[in-house]
Amino acid sequence: MNEPGVSEARAAYLMRRRRRARNIRIVQVGILAGFLAVWEIAARTGLVDDFIVSSPSRICSTLSEMIADGLAYHVGVTLFETLAGFSLGAGIGLAVAAALWWSDFASRVAQPYLVVLNSLPKIALGPVIIILAGAGTRAIVFMALAISLIVTVLEMLAGFRATDPGSIVMARTFGATKRQVFFKIVLPSNLATLFGSLKINIGLSLVGVIAGEFLVSKAGLGYLIVYGGQVFRMDLVMTGVILLSVMAAGMYQAVSALERFAARRFGG
Amino acid sequence: MEMLRVEGASLRYQAENGEITAFEDISFSVEKGEFLSIVGPSGCGKSTLLSVIAGLLPATGGSIFVKGERVRGVSPHIGYMLQRDTLLEWRTIRSNVLFGLEIRNALTPDAVRRADRLLETYGLADFAQMYPRQLSGGMRQRAALIRTLAAEPDILLLDEAFSALDYQTRLAVTDDVHRILKSEGVTALMVTHDIPESISMGDRVMILSARPACIREILPVDFGAPLAPLERRSHPAFGPYFDRIWKELKQDE
Repeated sequence: MNEPGVSEARAAYLMRRRRRARNIRIVQVGILAGFLAVWEIAARTGLVDDFIVSSPSRICSTLSEMIADGLAYHVGVTLFETLAGFSLGAGIGLAVAAALWWSDFASRVAQPYLVVLNSLPKIALGPVIIILAGAGTRAIVFMALAISLIVTVLEMLAGFRATDPGSIVMARTFGATKRQVFFKIVLPSNLATLFGSLKINIGLSLVGVIAGEFLVSKAGLGYLIVYGGQVFRMDLVMTGVILLSVMAAGMYQAVSALERFAARRFGG
Repeated sequence: MEMLRVEGASLRYQAENGEITAFEDISFSVEKGEFLSIVGPSGCGKSTLLSVIAGLLPATGGSIFVKGERVRGVSPHIGYMLQRDTLLEWRTIRSNVLFGLEIRNALTPDAVRRADRLLETYGLADFAQMYPRQLSGGMRQRAALIRTLAAEPDILLLDEAFSALDYQTRLAVTDDVHRILKSEGVTALMVTHDIPESISMGDRVMILSARPACIREILPVDFGAPLAPLERRSHPAFGPYFDRIWKELKQDE
């Protein structure tokens, strides 16, 4: 399969690369399969107590029971709350970061507050949030927002501040207004920062939503997990955790796809 | 025709450790189509002088006139080229070249045609749809020059515009830029710390003193015929000019 114009060494190099990529994938899948197999065998032989750690087969049967029993509703609730918290966190975070970039005075004033809010465990505010927003979806979304917002602000602001000053001077020599500098230089040169912070935000929003559902306990995967724990149905807990990881992975992939699209669109 | 006149310009600014006078009582004028090189000891405030002429910084004394019109704020008559090409990596070369016009809301079909003509004339038409990272350093600097020229400046300010390039590229780019400026009839002021560069490109060389900078001398450079920068470097008159400027600059040490 030596293509014309491609030297033997080149063909060998390309072949090595393809083989390496394939090997990485094989080992990745192998680890997962091995883990599931060991888990299943250990549970069946009684090496571990499958009442506590469940087993892949028990999770599968729990999953099919739950699908018949309104699982889609709980997944939908968690997905909606996460997306809401995530979009609000990203949107408001971006807007606040832009405002702080705009006004050096405001950003200096905000500095100590941001530092304290950033290190504060927002989950500790849970009870207050529930009393303020009511024990329902609003409180849960609020919790996700509280957890993801400050990190977004800090990340984006640091990115905005690190924008190449040469490019900004260049724009100013053409008479660019501050608004033009922001939209034509600062924002586009921070696309990578933006997507980096979106990826972190998915995880943080999920943390907020699950913590919120633990507290509110009405619906969603977080509720199922807490409920499963209370009635000692570990199959339910494990199934919930696995569904959560699938959801997190899916959202991460969606943001990655969006990033590739933006990179193509803006040539980044 | 007089393109630029600087009258008794001075700049004093406040820093944490005191008041600093960058330059004082600078007066000179530049004719249309002329190329003025500005040399001075490092840190003498020559780049600051360019920022003031461009209107990026207000002078604290004196005044600056472009085509008889007093400069207040960033002047649309002036184009500015920095040390680095500052091409925006997410835009194609053509889109980078149109950036200045876009900022000024001046993307008229005429202006775009003019920009395309510049790309064509100076050999970048084939690269118009490429991204900056796909171009060599010299090509990038040429694209940055065309971006500046596309906004039709009357005066071009070059702030150490070639010092980020390696030596060989730099010689080629200075020739390139000199040719483009002469054929477009652009008036230019170039700040540099490189004495040979100042002689090889300038019609006159302005020598500044250490800070607070004032004008030591404005030296006319005459090789008897219009020569390209590279040809000037090998001309017998080049050495004496170098010695003269070198001695003037050494007085400050």
